[in-house]
Amino acid sequence: MKHIMTINKANLVESAKKGGCGKCQASCQSACKTSCTVANQKCEKEEK
Amino acid sequence: MIHKYQLGGLYIILDVNSGGVHVVDKLTYDLLDYVKPPFENNCPEEILEKLQENYSIQELQDCYQELKSLYEQKILFSNDEYEKFAKFATSAPVKAMCLHIAHDCNLRCQYCFASTGDFGTGRKLMPVEIGKKAIDFLLEKSENREQLELDFFGGEPLMNFDVVKQVVLYAREQEKKYNKHFRFTITTNGMLLNDENINFINQEMSNVVLSIDGRKCVNDKMRPTPNGKGSYDVILPKFKKLVAQRDKNLDYYVRGTFTKYNLDFSDDVFSLYQADFDQISVEPVVADSKYDYAITEEDLPAIFAEYEKLAQRLLEQDRKNQHFNFFHFMIDLNAGPCAIKRLKGCGCGNEYVAITPDGDIYPCHQFVGIEEYKMGNLEDNTFDLDMKEKFAQSHIYNKSKCRDCWAKFYCSGGCNANNYQYQGDILESHELSCELEKKRLECAIMIQAVKMLENQPISESSTAYKHC
Repeated sequence: MKHIMTINKANLVESAKKGGCGKCQASCQSACKTSCTVANQKCEKEEK
Repeated sequence: MIHKYQLGGLYIILDVNSGGVHVVDKLTYDLLDYVKPPFENNCPEEILEKLQENYSIQELQDCYQELKSLYEQKILFSNDEYEKFAKFATSAPVKAMCLHIAHDCNLRCQYCFASTGDFGTGRKLMPVEIGKKAIDFLLEKSENREQLELDFFGGEPLMNFDVVKQVVLYAREQEKKYNKHFRFTITTNGMLLNDENINFINQEMSNVVLSIDGRKCVNDKMRPTPNGKGSYDVILPKFKKLVAQRDKNLDYYVRGTFTKYNLDFSDDVFSLYQADFDQISVEPVVADSKYDYAITEEDLPAIFAEYEKLAQRLLEQDRKNQHFNFFHFMIDLNAGPCAIKRLKGCGCGNEYVAITPDGDIYPCHQFVGIEEYKMGNLEDNTFDLDMKEKFAQSHIYNKSKCRDCWAKFYCSGGCNANNYQYQGDILESHELSCELEKKRLECAIMIQAVKMLENQPISESSTAYKHC
C-alpha cells in the first residue's frame, strides 16, 4: 500500500478465541497500585 | 470504531476492535474525516468534492481503495465482537492478594492514600497467624489456578519484616502440597533496607517496587520522615545496592508519584534514569481536589506536553542504545493480553483482594478502611460472594463511559477504586484519570510505531511514513 502502513498483527479477535485462561498477572500487582493499564501486561498462556 | 491522532511526527490510526495500528499519510488522515462503512466501489462524489482542493481525484480514489481493502480484512472499522464474552464474566478464582503486613509507616508522605500508613484504622502490624491464614485463604480460593501472586504492602512492610519472612517460608511449604507457585512482590519505601533484607528480597521476590519520587527536592518535599527530614539521601544508596545485587532476570521498579508541584515530572523520570535505574514508573497522585498538590483539569495540557516530552526522551535514549523502560508506556501491539482479559481491569474484588493486619478482606488496597466495601474476615471465615460477583461484573460493557471509548481495550475500564473515590461508583469512570490514560496510550502506541518504522526498510513509493 502506498498511503497506509499497518504496523502490527491486529490480532485481538484471534486472541479472544484462545483467550480467557486467567493465568496472567493481576495488573495492579506490577508497579502501579494507583491506576490501571492492562495492555502493558504479558499473556502467560504456555501454548499460544 | 477508529481513533485517529497526530503525534511524534506521525499520523496514527487505531482500529479499536481489531487492535490494528496503521501509520498513514496526511491524505488518508484527512479522508478518514469523511469515510465510513459501508464502502462503495468508488469514493463517493460528495467526499471527493470536499477534498479535491487539496488532493487529486486519482489520489483520493487510490486511497479510498486502500481503506476499503483494510475494511474487508477487518482491520479498519471492524466490529466489536467481544460483548458475548462479557456475559461469561462471572466470579473467578482469587489468584492475587495484597497483604497489608504493616499498617504503620516510618515516612509521612503528604499524599499518602493510606493516611500515613494506618488507613485510618489504627497503627498495627500483622501477626504471623493472620499472614498464614491469608496464605491458606489464597490457596483455597484460587481453585485450579496454579500461579498465585502475593504483594507485601503497607504502610511499610519492612517494619514487620520478620513476619514477611515467616509468611514466605510458610507459603513455600504449602505451595508444594497444593502444586501451586507463589510469586511474591514487595513495595517498600526503602528506609529499613539492609544487607539481610536485601538478600531475602532478591532471593524470594519476583518483583520489588521501590518508592522514590525522582529528584531529591521533589522527593523530600513529599516524602519526609516523621521529624520532617528528607528521605532521599537515606533511600537512594539502598535502592542502588538492591538493584545492583539483583538477578537481571527478575523485575524491579523504582516508582514515584507526581503531583501538581512537579508537573515537569519527565525530569524526575530522567533523574531516576541518571541514578542508574532503568525500570521506572512515575504516576499521577490520587487525591481529592481540595488538596493543593492534587491534579486538576487545568493541569491536563501541561501533563500531556510532559508525557510527549518523556516519550521523545525515551526514543532519543533508545536511538543511543541507552534504554530505559517507563511502565505506562509499555505496550506490546502484537502479543499483549487476550481480548477477554481486556474486558476487565485489575480484577479487584474478584480475582484480587487485600487483607489487613486484622484479617479483614477488601476488594483491593485502595478500598481498605471503607466499611461498606469490607468483604469479610479471615478469622470468622466470612467472604461476601455477592460483592465478589458485583466486582466480577465491573467490565467495560457495564461502564457507560467505556462502551464508546477508543481506549477501552487498553485500560480495560480503569481503576475501580479511583472511580469510587472520585465518582462514588465503581462503574462511573473518572474523567481526569481517563484523559491521562488516553494520553499515555497515544504516546505508547506512537513509540512502538516510531521504533518499528525506524527499524525496517520503507518502500520508496510509500508516503505513509512522512513527518507531519
